[in-house]
Amino acid sequence: MIIKFEDVGKKFGSNSVALADVSLEIGGGEFVFVVGPSGAGKSTLLRLLAREYPATSGRILIDDLDLGKIESKNIPKFRRKIGFVFQDFKLLDDRTVFENVALALEVREFKEEEIEKEVERILKLFEIWDKRNLFPSQLSGGEAQRTAIARAIIGKPDLLLADEPTGDLDPQTSWAVLQLLNEINSWGTTVIMATHNVEIVNTLKRRVISIRGGKVTRDRKEGRYELH
Amino acid sequence: MSFIKVTKRNLRRTPYQALVASMAMFSTFLVLSIFLILAAGSSVVLKYYESKPQAIAFFKDNTSLGDVDAIKKALEQTGKVTSLKYISQDDALQIYKDRNKANPTLLEMVTAKILPASLEISAANPEDLKPIAGILKLEPVVDDVVYPEDVVERLSKAASIIRGVGSGAVGYLLIFASLIIIMVIGFKMRLRRQEIEIMKLLGASSWFIRLPFLLEGVFYGVVGAISAWVASYVLLWYFTPFLQSELLSEINILPVSPIFMLLLLAAEVVISALIGLFASFVAVRRYLKV
Repeated sequence: MIIKFEDVGKKFGSNSVALADVSLEIGGGEFVFVVGPSGAGKSTLLRLLAREYPATSGRILIDDLDLGKIESKNIPKFRRKIGFVFQDFKLLDDRTVFENVALALEVREFKEEEIEKEVERILKLFEIWDKRNLFPSQLSGGEAQRTAIARAIIGKPDLLLADEPTGDLDPQTSWAVLQLLNEINSWGTTVIMATHNVEIVNTLKRRVISIRGGKVTRDRKEGRYELH
Repeated sequence: MSFIKVTKRNLRRTPYQALVASMAMFSTFLVLSIFLILAAGSSVVLKYYESKPQAIAFFKDNTSLGDVDAIKKALEQTGKVTSLKYISQDDALQIYKDRNKANPTLLEMVTAKILPASLEISAANPEDLKPIAGILKLEPVVDDVVYPEDVVERLSKAASIIRGVGSGAVGYLLIFASLIIIMVIGFKMRLRRQEIEIMKLLGASSWFIRLPFLLEGVFYGVVGAISAWVASYVLLWYFTPFLQSELLSEINILPVSPIFMLLLLAAEVVISALIGLFASFVAVRRYLKV
């Protein structure tokens, strides 16, 4: 999966510029950190990729598919190729761990037997099978984030978007989550992670795209957390 | 997971809203059932009176059959008569005996001589009864003419009032119930906003998100209609002895035919499902942008 941003701009209303003239290319199987201060445009970049809204100017291409030209009825099908992980996990409070993860396959209209088999496999892989009947409020931060990641990747997406996935976690749990994302990346899934976590970015030495004021200020192959 | 399962879970999560919506539909369909039963009943009663001999001419003693035939001819020439039936004094006695066979004391002392011969006349239109009665009254052998002058007219009026009031009340209640369903489903969608957002991000199609809400609307409608049908059947069954003996006497329309009630149920289920579907569709279009 190759992702291309060509002079992409995003405005909210007439004055609020979230992204301006962003051009970049991300190859299949890459692990990319997107760093920048709050309000820099990191989340906007990820949301544009998930086609939550279209770009105001420029083009975003995923394997030559122009996201601006996808018809509304085809957006759900497109999103099934993408996994999304959030800082606040976005788990459904009234569903168990099992049901939360199963939801990703339910929306893809999998058969019930397949759902049960796949969810069991992924929960065991993520070592949360024993928590399957617990509700999100009964989980630790790390368990909740592992559940959210399990939900994001159970549909075998080509691209995983992680928006500050360690933002609400302690350092030890953050590392555990990052190890998981690293492993998912080793399976060939492209991972794009927006983060503030300096230590993680500097330790992992992966590609780092720095954004500030809606513009890409730096793009380094084995980068560090640098904003200027 | 099937949509039915999702719908069931949605209903379980907010049982009071589900109860309110179903009760609104119940009230609507209870009123609809009652008015439909009343309308069907009044039409049967109307038909009964329309098909019955509507005027009866009683003859004086010693009226000859020749006189009766002449009167029959005169009436037939008017073109307003659909049937004529002569009841002789002996026939009248037999009818009297049949009607009172359970009460032998009423049969004592009654002979054919004290019962007058009569002619039962059916008219094509109720309004023809008055001129027919006028012709009969002019005949010297006719002692008296009786006819239910206003019964049919009053019944027609009553039936049309039942239809008018019924349609008005049911129309109002249908709008009311639809608005309640729109409100309940809209409220539930707002409650589940985050869940809907997450489902959208996971790649749920718009129908995957919409269908459980639409099924929920259908559920409210159908549950309300079936309970209303059951309630109306129970009420009808309970009041049947009273209605039959006090109001309808010889008109045999009760107990109501089970086929009629089953047809009523089928019609109500279809109508309620459509209304539930329509109301939830309006709510989904209004509150759910997918």
